[in-house]
Amino acid sequence: MSSTARVSQNDAPAIRVEQLCRHYRMGDTLIRAVDGVTLNVRTGEFVALLGSSGSGKSSVLNLIAGLDRPTSGSVIVQERDLARLSREDLAKYRLHTVGMVFQSFNLIASMTLAENVELPMRFAEVNRDKRNDLAREALERVGLQARMNHRPSELSGGEQQRAALARALINRPQLLLADEPTGNLDSHTGTEIMDMVSDFNQQLGMTVVMVTHERALAERYAQRLIFLADGKLIGDESNAAVAGQGATEDASPHRERL
Amino acid sequence: MKLPDLTELAVRNLRESVLRNSLTTIGISVGVASLVAMLSLGIGLQQLASRRLMKSGLFDTVVVTSRRDLRNFNRDEERNGPAPAESRILDESTRREIESLPNVLEANPDIRFITELRYEDKPHLMMVAALPPSAQTNDAFEALQGHFFSSDIAPEAILQKAFAEELLGKTPKAGADETNVAELAAPLLGKELTMRYAQREAAPGTPVSTAPDNAPSTGDSLAAAAYSVVSREQKLKIVGVADLDPESMRGPTRARVFLPLKLAESLHVMQPTDLREISRAATDEPVYSSLSVRVKSPSLIQAVEDTVKKMGFNTFSILDASRSIQQFFKVLDVFLGIFGSLALAVAFIGIVNTLVMAILERRREIGIMKAIGASDGDIRKLFFAEAGAMGILGGVVGVALGWAIGQVINLGTNIYLKRQSFPPEHFWAVPWWLVGFAILFSFLVSLAAGLYPAGRAARLDPVQALRYE
Repeated sequence: MSSTARVSQNDAPAIRVEQLCRHYRMGDTLIRAVDGVTLNVRTGEFVALLGSSGSGKSSVLNLIAGLDRPTSGSVIVQERDLARLSREDLAKYRLHTVGMVFQSFNLIASMTLAENVELPMRFAEVNRDKRNDLAREALERVGLQARMNHRPSELSGGEQQRAALARALINRPQLLLADEPTGNLDSHTGTEIMDMVSDFNQQLGMTVVMVTHERALAERYAQRLIFLADGKLIGDESNAAVAGQGATEDASPHRERL
Repeated sequence: MKLPDLTELAVRNLRESVLRNSLTTIGISVGVASLVAMLSLGIGLQQLASRRLMKSGLFDTVVVTSRRDLRNFNRDEERNGPAPAESRILDESTRREIESLPNVLEANPDIRFITELRYEDKPHLMMVAALPPSAQTNDAFEALQGHFFSSDIAPEAILQKAFAEELLGKTPKAGADETNVAELAAPLLGKELTMRYAQREAAPGTPVSTAPDNAPSTGDSLAAAAYSVVSREQKLKIVGVADLDPESMRGPTRARVFLPLKLAESLHVMQPTDLREISRAATDEPVYSSLSVRVKSPSLIQAVEDTVKKMGFNTFSILDASRSIQQFFKVLDVFLGIFGSLALAVAFIGIVNTLVMAILERRREIGIMKAIGASDGDIRKLFFAEAGAMGILGGVVGVALGWAIGQVINLGTNIYLKRQSFPPEHFWAVPWWLVGFAILFSFLVSLAAGLYPAGRAARLDPVQALRYE
């Protein structure tokens, strides 16, 4: 497969997480949401972060997304330590390097789908004509060209998540970060969305990190499953069923079993 | 984010909560309207006052007297110049000299004398003064009954209201000084006054010098100094009765009867200066007690006064009074501005409140924007743009509103003035700079109001914001 070949040539990890900690203080208690996680994700890999609620999987994703800053440790994406980036540079990182989809879609209710999709390009100061073209193209890719001028509230959950995917891809990011992307969808629609994510991973060579608590879903699509509990990494296994489709063999130093 | 995008998003966001944002914008409008209303009232009153004062002839006039006149206005200054006995006299040549100074419109001799006037065979003693044709524009004659002199040489007279009352045997009741001029004028206009006066006539055989004689003459001309004083009569037709007093600055020497200047000059009425100057030259050349010098604009008064003083004369003007009036209006403007701004201060709080509410309401939206790549600056600018848009809109509506309020008040007051039989006035002025200033001010105030909310929105933690439902 072409993507496999390309990835094999570039063995440098897309994401390097080292001794990552994120502690919150709530009143007198210290909450260790992320507590010393180290993991690598290769370019073009599709990784699922699994764990029960409160395991710290979303916190790890937020740290990789540059939405949050670690208490200690580092997240290195494409040789850039996110902890050392200024707020401004972190915003640029989110704008150009990362695309995000969320469980609750997070489309802006007052905007049409087309406007939602082109919003990141407004921040990137892309000119209007180009923006319109790219937004139309992205919506066509997810099969929503007919709903361009509809508002999110006029759409089904699946359609909203497809629009969110189109938005996440609009600035051509290298990383797609998905936080429970099927959590609010029925299983049929969920499958539809996951097929698209998988498509982007294989056809566009995007590195995907998906947070989910559904092991079955993860096993069906992810090449690697990483398990978290209480902010710690407790397992990291290659998924034989899909491993060959994306990146090479798992090279994470942490190979603990459940 | 680019400015057109910012504006578009800001306007869209404003339209999303249209009621709240409209109310906030109306708040700004009311603030701007009150500011515009107050300031335009101040400006209008100031313009009205300076228009009035200009017309009154008080602020563009310098009174020039000879230092030889020991009764004149600025006693103290005399110490600095030449001694009175050695200083120049005010005659026709000096009048012409002063009239030719830069920025001087005209220099007219002040001819005034107390004399007897007979009306219907009853004698009255009154101060008579001459008026130049330019006095026609004096606002004392604005409500003139009858008309101004038909020519500068016509044997006509204009009476001040007080003298008209005297002629008709009416004594104004105490407190009722608003006697209707029209009523007084009706029986007097077209009637004849007989003025009896003392004419100065050169004695036969006295050489008549027409050339200006500036050099102080000495005793050798003493022998020639002689003239006779003859009693004469002049019939005058009453053509006008003035309500206001054109000579209010003259104090006790103000006249109640006015003649055309050229006519008065041709009468050669004996003046107090004639007696004083008899030792100097026995010529037919008139010597004036004072000159009224009209200057192009009140701002040039000081310069003209200085020049005339250097020529060796005394001067007097109400420049200082005019300065303090200007100052008064400046203070008035500041006060009106402060009152106007109070409403805008309330609007300021309204904007802060609206935007803080918008942050709470759009917390999640801000989180989303940050998650998909908006920088702190983008979010800050977006809130600024919303505040600015409300400010400009509020400013424009406010200026229109303030202008409308002004028109209504102007209209109402003019209806009142008309009922009181006063001419209509424009005491309301919205100059273009005020329009621009008000909109700009509204914009800046709104931006300032957006400062805190925008900063708060920009600092919002995206993780927290996204968690917010």
